[in-house]
Amino acid sequence: MSIPEDLKYTKDHEWVRLNGKTGLIGITKFAVDQLGDIVHADLPSPGRSVKQHDPIASIESVKAVSDVFCPVSGKVVRVNLNLAPSPETVNLDPYGDGWMVEVELSNSSEIASLMSAADYQQFTAGHK
Amino acid sequence: MSLWFDTARSHRITSLPGHLRRRAPLLIDVLPENDLVRHHVNLSRKNLCVDSSFYPLGSCTMKYSSKAGEAAAAERGFFQAHPWQPDTEVQGVLAVLAELQADLAALTGMDAVCLYPAAGAHGELCALKAARQYFRLKKDTGRLEVLVPENAHGTNPASASMAGLRVVVVKMNSAGRVDLPDLRAKLSNRTAVLMLTNPNTLGLFETDIESIAREVHAAGGLLYYDGANLNAILGRVRPGDMGFDMVHVNLHKTFSIPHGAGGPGAGPIGVKAHLAPCLPGPYLTKSMFGHVWTPAGTESIGRFHSAYGNFLNLMKAWVYLRLLGDDGARRVSLAAVLNANYLQEKIKQILPVPYGAGRCMHEFVASAQTIKENFGVSAMDIAKRILDEGIYAPTVYFPLLVREALMIEPTETERRETLDHFVALMKLIVEEAAAHPDRLHDAPVRQPVRRVDEVRAARHPILK
Repeated sequence: MSIPEDLKYTKDHEWVRLNGKTGLIGITKFAVDQLGDIVHADLPSPGRSVKQHDPIASIESVKAVSDVFCPVSGKVVRVNLNLAPSPETVNLDPYGDGWMVEVELSNSSEIASLMSAADYQQFTAGHK
Repeated sequence: MSLWFDTARSHRITSLPGHLRRRAPLLIDVLPENDLVRHHVNLSRKNLCVDSSFYPLGSCTMKYSSKAGEAAAAERGFFQAHPWQPDTEVQGVLAVLAELQADLAALTGMDAVCLYPAAGAHGELCALKAARQYFRLKKDTGRLEVLVPENAHGTNPASASMAGLRVVVVKMNSAGRVDLPDLRAKLSNRTAVLMLTNPNTLGLFETDIESIAREVHAAGGLLYYDGANLNAILGRVRPGDMGFDMVHVNLHKTFSIPHGAGGPGAGPIGVKAHLAPCLPGPYLTKSMFGHVWTPAGTESIGRFHSAYGNFLNLMKAWVYLRLLGDDGARRVSLAAVLNANYLQEKIKQILPVPYGAGRCMHEFVASAQTIKENFGVSAMDIAKRILDEGIYAPTVYFPLLVREALMIEPTETERRETLDHFVALMKLIVEEAAAHPDRLHDAPVRQPVRRVDEVRAARHPILK
């Protein structure tokens, strides 16, 4: 399973792509494989403030409803409106078009607490 | 049958105003009896149910529902009792309710029982609202958090949200039990309730329950027992003695009434004395004239169901407990746990049971993960293949802690021969997964409907 090198990862299987003061957030291929077919994504409204590791969205698959935890603190500036009509985008392209929210970071030092691609690869390999 | 209910004739009754008259009789009233009976019998044969087959659906306690309860509930005196009859005319009905309240209180170790809730989730909502009221009366209004373990039943967080409370998830440890340090970190003066099933959804007894109860109470919170898994401990250990303040019991699980499948169920709740005044009313009390309804006080959260609750269902649970007696109730849990362990040991030789190192309680969770990796056959494929053999499938993909989960609960009402038959079937299916994976991908082929497209149904629901 290829894990993009340029992203940062959490233990809850979210990724963040940093771009200056903002970060694009989604869930990993590993998470998508575990969840199966995603049928609905419940995303926040732009403007909402969120703390690191607080739930920012919830996604429903045929197996379960799961929270998406925000890898960084900040304010939601943009959400992926395409997911409402086409939730399967998350399955098809989790690291690209399947992104969920864009957050303006309020504390960039939090990035240090996230995993690199190599660390995340090792982390998922250790899962039962 | 009265003329007024026979639509073959009543649609011609000219004394009825036109807008109240049917334009044509219902088909049901003009068909011959044999056609009608065949129609319904054939419909029922499309269903796999506990009357037709073994039903090892984990977490649901699909025990056989004895027909004695149906017989008693069909007695005219019970069946035709009207909720507006004076108390003096329905003393038998009220005696059943009073005795069931006392029985459930004794079995759960609670001080007061409320029979109104119409389902387990309704009971959860009722109890959480009672808990909110309890804190409101104590002027401790900052407690708006409900702690639930990550493998809790989905109804727990849903009920908490419906009660206007915020859900905080508590982690499980590697032994499949509540992670005490994580619980400690999440308890605070915002904690209202910890909701817990014991044994939990992995079929494991929460051995730290006394420490958990101490910690929650020390933080000022209440402990809620989700009675979904009560069957494992019935008559052996009581939620009240473990330190729980509130409990709901699913009469359709532990107490043998039919599973409603969305129809009228019953999910009574029990509480310790400090919460009793918050329960919905009116209350059943005993006076010199017999059983009477007494209005609730101002501390009560008010009505939660019309009339007596779903009385005929409550009646069936009362019959069940009369049939069992004290010894019988204790044998229920013994046999449920024995059956589950027998099955776990046998299934372990076929599929991994990730948390199955020790003894389980009433259920256990196997994993099809290696089968999926090796042969591309998922837990869902296995479940669908089981249906083709005329047996209902285990619960799949729950709890999420186990990948490709198959959650198996045999209950106490099955014979060893039935369990052996299921084991043989599972062995056959797992061998098939290697040799003919397509048979599993295509299943079911011998049921009235083939594989339904759950994804399309969920993405594009047609609700009308």
